[in-house]
Amino acid sequence: MAPKDSPASRSVGAVKPQTMKFTDPLKFKSGAVLDSYDLVYETYGALNAARSNAVLVCHALNAAHHVAGWYADDPGNVGWWDNMIGPGKPVDTDKFFVIGVNNVGGCFGSTGPKSIDPKTGMPYGSSFPVVTVDDWVNAQVRLADRLGIDSFAAVMGGSLGAMQALQWTVSYPERIRNSIVIAAAPKLSAQNIAFNEVARQAITTDPDFHGGDYYQHGVVPRRGLRLARMIGHITYLSDDAMMEKFGRSLRTGTISFHFDVDFEIESYLRYQGDKFSEYFDANTYLLITRALDYFDPAAAHGNDLSRALHAAKARFLVVSFTSDWRFSPARSREIVKALLDNRLDVSYAEIDAPHGHDAFLLDDPRYHALVRAYFDNIGAAS
Amino acid sequence: MNTPASGHSALSVRRDFEAIAAWVKPGSAVLDLGCGDGQLLRFLKEARGARGYGIEIADENVLACVKNGVNVIQSDLERGLAGFDADSFDYVILSQTLQAVRHTEEIVLEMLRVGREAIVSFPNFGRWDLRIQVARGKMPVSEELPYEWYNTPNVHLFTIADFDAFCVGHGIRVIERAVFHGGRTVRAFANFFGSVAVYRIQMRR
Repeated sequence: MAPKDSPASRSVGAVKPQTMKFTDPLKFKSGAVLDSYDLVYETYGALNAARSNAVLVCHALNAAHHVAGWYADDPGNVGWWDNMIGPGKPVDTDKFFVIGVNNVGGCFGSTGPKSIDPKTGMPYGSSFPVVTVDDWVNAQVRLADRLGIDSFAAVMGGSLGAMQALQWTVSYPERIRNSIVIAAAPKLSAQNIAFNEVARQAITTDPDFHGGDYYQHGVVPRRGLRLARMIGHITYLSDDAMMEKFGRSLRTGTISFHFDVDFEIESYLRYQGDKFSEYFDANTYLLITRALDYFDPAAAHGNDLSRALHAAKARFLVVSFTSDWRFSPARSREIVKALLDNRLDVSYAEIDAPHGHDAFLLDDPRYHALVRAYFDNIGAAS
Repeated sequence: MNTPASGHSALSVRRDFEAIAAWVKPGSAVLDLGCGDGQLLRFLKEARGARGYGIEIADENVLACVKNGVNVIQSDLERGLAGFDADSFDYVILSQTLQAVRHTEEIVLEMLRVGREAIVSFPNFGRWDLRIQVARGKMPVSEELPYEWYNTPNVHLFTIADFDAFCVGHGIRVIERAVFHGGRTVRAFANFFGSVAVYRIQMRR
């Protein structure tokens, strides 16, 4: 999703991921415990002397710690939010110290299902704990501890990343001053869970899944992962955006009376699915979709989101996109209402964008101007 | 929805703000409908320590509020305040906007549902110089109503007498009223000499 026209001068440039090793056990909401684990992260900009200008960027389903810049040995691998974060960009790395982290359970270097379990010498596979958004936030706060950050100027994210930014405000209200919640929902709808379940079924019924312990068999459930990604992708785009991009265009200009690719949209989904299945771990996909399903901060408060957010102290920027049907503006307004009920500082913008859920990754001038204006007002001092 | 910052003299807007600020109790919760760039909320925050939120539909005003450090909720107030609970604010304010909304009656009633009190300011169409312009057969143009008939955002022009009758007819109690012209308070024959009126109202219950 990197902007092709992004001039090099406005990029954070070549970046290197780092690894932080943790040996104090991480207890999960499920009761499971990881005795030790790694978190892979990247940082951009400089932490100021007061350690007050740190911004944590939380990733969504299929991204990770590589938020901005590129890798010297792989210049085409541009961070997933490079249009948002960099020198002079809406989140200005000349002013803020920005951290991207791969969550625990991930498949890009942080400890996850494909990592080796030191107890068995084998990949965790099916034995990896089911993670929740709370667990991720608990792991992120330990990274903050190790980096010497008492309080984040902001925690931000889109979609599932936004859920983490929201969870931060109730899990660690003293350690977050601004929460940037973009294209989010306070919990998944039955329809959202239904899509996730279809994706999981695609993976778990793939003959190469082997109950989640496919690593030992030297295979990956590629067909399932591919289908999961195709389903997901449909929910990221709006009907209009898909129609505009692909319409009913045919690959060869004529229908072929077979079940292989006829329409451009089929070709696109297959390509996205194939690409994804090459690099993403199927168990991580299961874990992350489950974390989405289970996210429901109101559940422990009588299903009252206002009560759930009672502990929050942060200021909020909430943004939704009109054509997002996965997490529609109405879902963001639920969050806004709960924040208003608690008389918390909140601004809410509904960006009229045609792209659907994916809009949060795109370079929309109104959206970026808003985030820029909000960050301009965030004081680096606590 | 535009607030009148550009369409009204700074002086009368200032008087309008001061009147509103004088009525707003310190530290109260305020909802400003059609808040524009948020200057009234900023004024109330600084002058009265109010905890305020604005409602705006226009992208550029939402952005201006964020730049001004004012809480703003992007929403179309013509669709009502369905997301807001009854009595959830101390004051719901509509500053120089009532004449520019379509669903005037519904909005005033919504304000009085969501707010324990409502504060409304509007340009008075009953002022004598406007009456003369109408008598001469032309639609009036003034400092407070600076638009021509063909480019005005105002769709419901009304007088102080009209608004008084509206309140009586809808069971609305007028707690306080202030009327101004050219930055000065108008005490007598308000509907004849006043150019801007500010009302503090509540529902009779």
